[in-house]
Amino acid sequence: MNRTTRTFGSVTLGEKLPPLKIDVTAGLIVGGALASRDFTPVHHDKAAAQATGLPDIFMNILTSNGLMGRYVTDWTGPEAALKSIEVKLGAPNVPGMVMTITGEVTAKDDAAGTVIVSVSGDNNVWGTHMAGKVCVALPKES
Amino acid sequence: MTPAETSAFEAKIRAYVGREMGPPKRGNDDVNLAMIRHWAEVTGDENPLYTDAEFAAASSRKGIIAPPTMLGIWAMEGYPMAQGHTGKVDVQRELHNIFEAHGFTGVLGTNTITEFHRELRPGDQVISHTVIDNISAPKKTARGHGYFIETVTRFTDQHGQDVGRQVFRTLRFMPSAESVAANQAQSGGDAKLKAPTRIQSPRGHDNAWWWEAIDQGRLLIQRCKRCGTLRHPPRPMCGECQSLEWDSIESSLEGEVYSYTEVSYPKFPGYPDPLLCGLIQLKEGTRLVANIVGCAPEAVHVGMKVRGKVERVDDATVLPNFYPA
Ligand SMILES: [Zn+2]
Repeated sequence: MNRTTRTFGSVTLGEKLPPLKIDVTAGLIVGGALASRDFTPVHHDKAAAQATGLPDIFMNILTSNGLMGRYVTDWTGPEAALKSIEVKLGAPNVPGMVMTITGEVTAKDDAAGTVIVSVSGDNNVWGTHMAGKVCVALPKES
Repeated sequence: MTPAETSAFEAKIRAYVGREMGPPKRGNDDVNLAMIRHWAEVTGDENPLYTDAEFAAASSRKGIIAPPTMLGIWAMEGYPMAQGHTGKVDVQRELHNIFEAHGFTGVLGTNTITEFHRELRPGDQVISHTVIDNISAPKKTARGHGYFIETVTRFTDQHGQDVGRQVFRTLRFMPSAESVAANQAQSGGDAKLKAPTRIQSPRGHDNAWWWEAIDQGRLLIQRCKRCGTLRHPPRPMCGECQSLEWDSIESSLEGEVYSYTEVSYPKFPGYPDPLLCGLIQLKEGTRLVANIVGCAPEAVHVGMKVRGKVERVDDATVLPNFYPA
């Protein structure tokens, strides 16, 4: 990632973030579930996932949340500070899919020095996996 | 469930609304470098504040911080609780057990809203205070019939100071019998999920000939045999002279944008993004709906000269696309 940090003033409303493609592998789903201490069977056991009507194990919401946070701080640079993340899940992410994450700056708060990035993660088979808003504080100057 | 069973069940689950999950609970592990690194690895997060001690020390933070998205992770119960391998059952698990016993075996995290009030550092304790805040009315969802359970957790540290808050919404659902059967049938062969193609054109008596020409790389325009008027889309009768006799000419594929729109939400699997739909005024005089490709949405304008190309867009589909001329 870029180690310099964007300043509040350098960000413009409507600015689009570069898209990020994520290969949704079984490794990412299981690894994300375990690293988030989420041992719910549907995130590591295919038969358990199928019993709930899905074709395979699927990504847990904490991993989606983590990817959304990472996507925005990849763009801001390290000195930014995450303030909040709202994530709403749609279609599940299952192995073999490719999720493309896109984002756009949809609000700027001059007093707080924060910007809101609206983020969407869309997989190539079922469409929108996640949609949300990330609020991040940026330094006034570098 | 019979109506009586349903109301008994609802009374049981509603009794949990407003209940605390238990006394405030310190995470099984305090904030630590190993779990931070595992999380950063798997999410592909290369932010040096999380893993590069030297960079972090020289930064405004003066040391490593945990990825804020780990906030709720410090409070997760882990393997024994998830597997039911423990004699201890917390209030939340108890509630989930009631859902499971009544056939709501599906579980899916659907929303989180997380606020970060201070960044956490290795050595910090995370203490969670969770309340079952709400259980929705019964809902029909894409996954099956179910209920949304919403918990609110307040997180504090070893000094009793507030560090953040998380609203977590979970769907408990009865998996629909059709989707379970479909997936179990499919799983034998471990069928790979296939990315969808474009919606296929409906080809009927009056328009199949037009699509068949497209498949062969030609854009045709229907022409009245009696009066010569061109028309599109294909239909049996001339609007000018009511003749049912027709033939066709091949379009030059030259034209201009008469009107256009960008479809930005939702994104459709199998379709390009950005997705520009244009009404193209062909040089021959008829108009045609087609995608505008090969240029940024900002660059498109009414009157823009375009040139078409009939081309394959996926395994099952050939379409006329229009590029800036
Ligand atoms: Zn005619």
